[in-house]
Amino acid sequence: MEKQSFLTDRLLPIGTIVLAIIALWYVAAAVLNAPFERDNAARNGTTITFSELLPKTMAQDRPVLPAPHQVVAELWETTVDKPITSKRSLVYHAWVTLSATLLGFAMGTVLGILLAIGIVHNRAMDRSLMPWVIASQTIPILAIAPMIIVVLNAVGLSGLLPKALISTYLSFFPVVVGMVKGLRSPEQIQLDLMHTYSASPAQTFWKLRWPASMPYLFTSLKVAVAISLVGAIVGELPTGAVAGLGARLLAGSYYGQTVQIWAALFMAAAVAALLVIIVGIAHTAVLKRMGERA
Amino acid sequence: MNAAPLFSALTFWLAAWALNEWLVRHHFQSPFAQRTARLAVPLLFGITILVLWEGIVRGFDVPSVLLPAPSAIWSRLVNSIPTLWADFRQTFLKSVITGYALGCGLGFVVAILIDRSPFLQKGLLPLGNFVSALPVIGVAPIMVMWFGFDWQSKVAVVVIMTFFPMLVNTVAGLAATSHMERDLMRTYAASWWQTLVKLRLPAAWPFIFNALKINSTLALIGAIVAEFFGTPIVGMGFRISTEVGRMNVDMVWAEIAVAALAGSFFYGAVALVERAVTFWHPSVRGGQA
Repeated sequence: MEKQSFLTDRLLPIGTIVLAIIALWYVAAAVLNAPFERDNAARNGTTITFSELLPKTMAQDRPVLPAPHQVVAELWETTVDKPITSKRSLVYHAWVTLSATLLGFAMGTVLGILLAIGIVHNRAMDRSLMPWVIASQTIPILAIAPMIIVVLNAVGLSGLLPKALISTYLSFFPVVVGMVKGLRSPEQIQLDLMHTYSASPAQTFWKLRWPASMPYLFTSLKVAVAISLVGAIVGELPTGAVAGLGARLLAGSYYGQTVQIWAALFMAAAVAALLVIIVGIAHTAVLKRMGERA
Repeated sequence: MNAAPLFSALTFWLAAWALNEWLVRHHFQSPFAQRTARLAVPLLFGITILVLWEGIVRGFDVPSVLLPAPSAIWSRLVNSIPTLWADFRQTFLKSVITGYALGCGLGFVVAILIDRSPFLQKGLLPLGNFVSALPVIGVAPIMVMWFGFDWQSKVAVVVIMTFFPMLVNTVAGLAATSHMERDLMRTYAASWWQTLVKLRLPAAWPFIFNALKINSTLALIGAIVAEFFGTPIVGMGFRISTEVGRMNVDMVWAEIAVAALAGSFFYGAVALVERAVTFWHPSVRGGQA
């Protein structure tokens, strides 16, 4: 294995690609927004030169594709300039989404682990449940999201919980699959050793199966946390644009506020990245504590 | 409260559970009976859920606005097949299939194109992994704005959603061959294309099919959610959101049943092709899908 160099293996290639994407974005913004300015000029009976056209395409109110600096400006304005209690602050909306995501993620993880324990310890559950756990994911769960929200609203449950339930439904699956694999990962020879110690099933579980499943658990958790954010965002769509990143997306699409949509998208991306990074840090911390690569 | 249906459902549940326990423990002599038993266990479990659902809805007189009974959903489904078919054609046949083919094809081609440039790979792969973790579904309103309300915008969303998993998996699959095998191809004086077609692509198939399977569900989700942001008056996502508004919950469930069936068949079809193509892989030879 050759030594990885941070500069030539990470920074340089990724930086180049990111710069290329930003450059492409500017070109695309100019091309896509130009027809509007040309129409404007034609309506006023004037012709517009290219050098006049270019700056205008970068500063439209409702561009087809906002230029990157417009999105950054909007992000700055809605996160730093506004107080976070304001309804116009993206931090406030991100927090609404994040709290639903975290609640759903926690419930999904617990449910997934419990199901996995049942599946590993009971053959009837394994045979009858596992195919349906897999089949449940071929259903477009997100399609049910609006109905779950509306129905739960009718029962009197509103706010955080319905959204969190959608996140739960989405996030339990990777946890079940990963944990079943993980709890089964100890080899027969290790199980036999526990047997010779006359360990009870509970002892075998806590001292062998559970620690052995940790790497699998965290790999699944990374997938689960990302997908529960998606669940929370989609769960906010049918509530009629009240609060949250999904509501910002919907409101933006109703009123043609493209800059607002892109800002919400970038905020969602940042939240997703943050969550995955946190799980990744927990992953390394737990594995280190368990003595891996000491 | 209505005791009779509830208790018969509970009895059915207990009986089915006991039968399943027995089926799992019992070892049948003939291989045919053994296979039937293996199939029967999950099937029985599914039926049990339906029976319990029906029993609970009837037993507690749950209003159909909250949760319609499976029998009500079934009769609704049978009665509105023309509507459901029109929605299915709009969402599945037009948006999902087109977007899936385009997105997966594009991801595959780009992966092959950047195969010769380690620099591009190092740059694109972390980004691809990052994008896979993002709520890509959020681009739906933008796509609806750009490509209009009809199926073209849904295709665009599906293409974006399916592109990155395909790219990342194909690149990983193309790197799956060992040095030994590639050296062997070199000693045969095989060209880059020959190595690709005869060695690296076959080795990459399990990875590629993994992406195809992930994408089959992603594509359906993408198309349906994109319809929430604007659509002509047909389509599964449109039907779901409007019928929820009109409190026709049985129609929503019928639509969901169609979506679930379509999704399962799509996934199953991909899985079957996978078994045929990667017949040599241990996971297939071991007799497990």
